[in-house]
Amino acid sequence: MGLASITLQINGENRVVAIREADTLLFVLREKLGLTGSKPGCLNGDCGACTVNLDGWPMKSCLILAVETAGHYILTIEGLKNTRIQEAFVEEFAFQCGYCTSGFIMNGYSLSQLYPHAHSTQIQEWFESNICRCTGYEEIEKAIRRVLNENNNL
Amino acid sequence: MISFDFDYYKPDSIDEAVTLFRSLSSMGKKPMYYAGGTEIITLGRLNLLYTNAVIDLKGISECNILAHNSDTLTIGASLTLAQLGMNHYFPLLANISKEIADHTSRLKITVGGNICGNIFYREAVLPFLLTDSQVLIAGKNGLQKNPINNVFCKTMQLENGEFIVQLQTQSKYIESPFVSIKRRQQWNVGYPLITVNSIKVENQIRVAIAGLCPFPFRSLKMESMLNRKELSTEEKVELAIQHLPQPILNDVEGSDEYRIFVLKNTLLDVVETLEGAGA
Ligand SMILES: Cc1cc2nc3c(=O)[nH]c(=O)nc-3n(C[C@H](O)[C@H](O)[C@H](O)COP(=O)(O)OP(=O)(O)OC[C@H]3O[C@@H](n4cnc5c(N)ncnc54)[C@H](O)[C@@H]3O)c2cc1C
Ligand code: FES
Ligand code: FES
Repeated sequence: MGLASITLQINGENRVVAIREADTLLFVLREKLGLTGSKPGCLNGDCGACTVNLDGWPMKSCLILAVETAGHYILTIEGLKNTRIQEAFVEEFAFQCGYCTSGFIMNGYSLSQLYPHAHSTQIQEWFESNICRCTGYEEIEKAIRRVLNENNNL
Repeated sequence: MISFDFDYYKPDSIDEAVTLFRSLSSMGKKPMYYAGGTEIITLGRLNLLYTNAVIDLKGISECNILAHNSDTLTIGASLTLAQLGMNHYFPLLANISKEIADHTSRLKITVGGNICGNIFYREAVLPFLLTDSQVLIAGKNGLQKNPINNVFCKTMQLENGEFIVQLQTQSKYIESPFVSIKRRQQWNVGYPLITVNSIKVENQIRVAIAGLCPFPFRSLKMESMLNRKELSTEEKVELAIQHLPQPILNDVEGSDEYRIFVLKNTLLDVVETLEGAGA
């Protein structure tokens, strides 16, 4: 069994990494590639702290093997630079301890890219995937709505 | 982190997957089919499940089909619940799919994985039980099509090495009036206290339930009580409740008595809604 060498396309770069085929993407990002922005929370698919984007869609990196992602495009919080959603989180003070933030931002980034004019039910449906233990939901919602409202006014 | 190692295979044909399973088994390995993989990863991490070879079914085109012709809807077993939630051809299935887990997890969990999972809710099976759907199963004897009501009894009855390729549902059932109610103890996502799905076909109510017992079920006995025209709605529901399979769950989500109380009220809503509906 041993280690297998795979190439992952992460944040626009090809990264060659030696993995166990039983390694989750979350483990490989953090422990093999030093990309610690995706957070381990429940490791059970419940909290969303580990959310990354896979081919543009949100994905809980604790629920996917790294080997499954070869040939797909992975975006982590480290790959987002000065996006509107990041700015809106700052403007709305949408974090307290910050542990859940990267997961919320990656989910919000996907939503705003795939559905720039997302409606309320869709926003609620998507964001029920993430938990904030500090319960900063109101500010998080404001940040997301701010970005989507700006899209609606374009 | 999963403490045990496994090899990962991704065949691109049904034959290759079945052959691989057999050859790995004959080498003394413990292969497992892998679809969304969410249960294998999460239960594997807790050492509640073991495999040393996973065979990913997502590369098989037949498992990824979503096709609709005039009389049948064909659903590949590797389609995700998110994909089915967006499928307008089968509103009851879309409805139940959208209520399982949460949006991001649904982008990974598959319909085949839900139906064959160890976690006993298996809510996605309910619409298929109600609509007398067919299951296409691959195994050492090739492909076999079976009525789901013959091969799903509490769990999917598969021989070692078999897997679900597709589910097929007739359009006439898909268009039936339906009710889908998922009651949770709290929150809007995740596991149910109870889930009741119901459709009306040829003036008869059909009902299937998850979360009440440690397995999902459709009960013909309950249905016959719910369809006794001479009784009041309350009497129908009282009689139907007397034909529940056992055991009734009694856990942190809710006691057995509470579950039955909630079920009664839910069935009253179901019968009242569907009695007024056409079909
Ligand atoms: C966050 C979260 C919330 C959840 N909430 C709910 C809920 O509300 N309701 C509910 O019902 N479930 C819920 N589940 C449970 C989930 O639906 C099951 O664990 C399901 O098995 C996961 O599907 P998968 O495709 O990821 O399965 P996998 O992990 O790939 O496989 C699960 C099992 O099914 C077998 N299998 C997979 N595909 C096939 C096939 N085509 N043929 C034969 N065998 C196959 C595998 O060998 C394995 O034994 C939840 C899970 C998570 C992670
Ligand atoms: S760590 Fe992945 S969902 Fe909680
Ligand atoms: S800011 Fe602390 S968990 Fe969300």
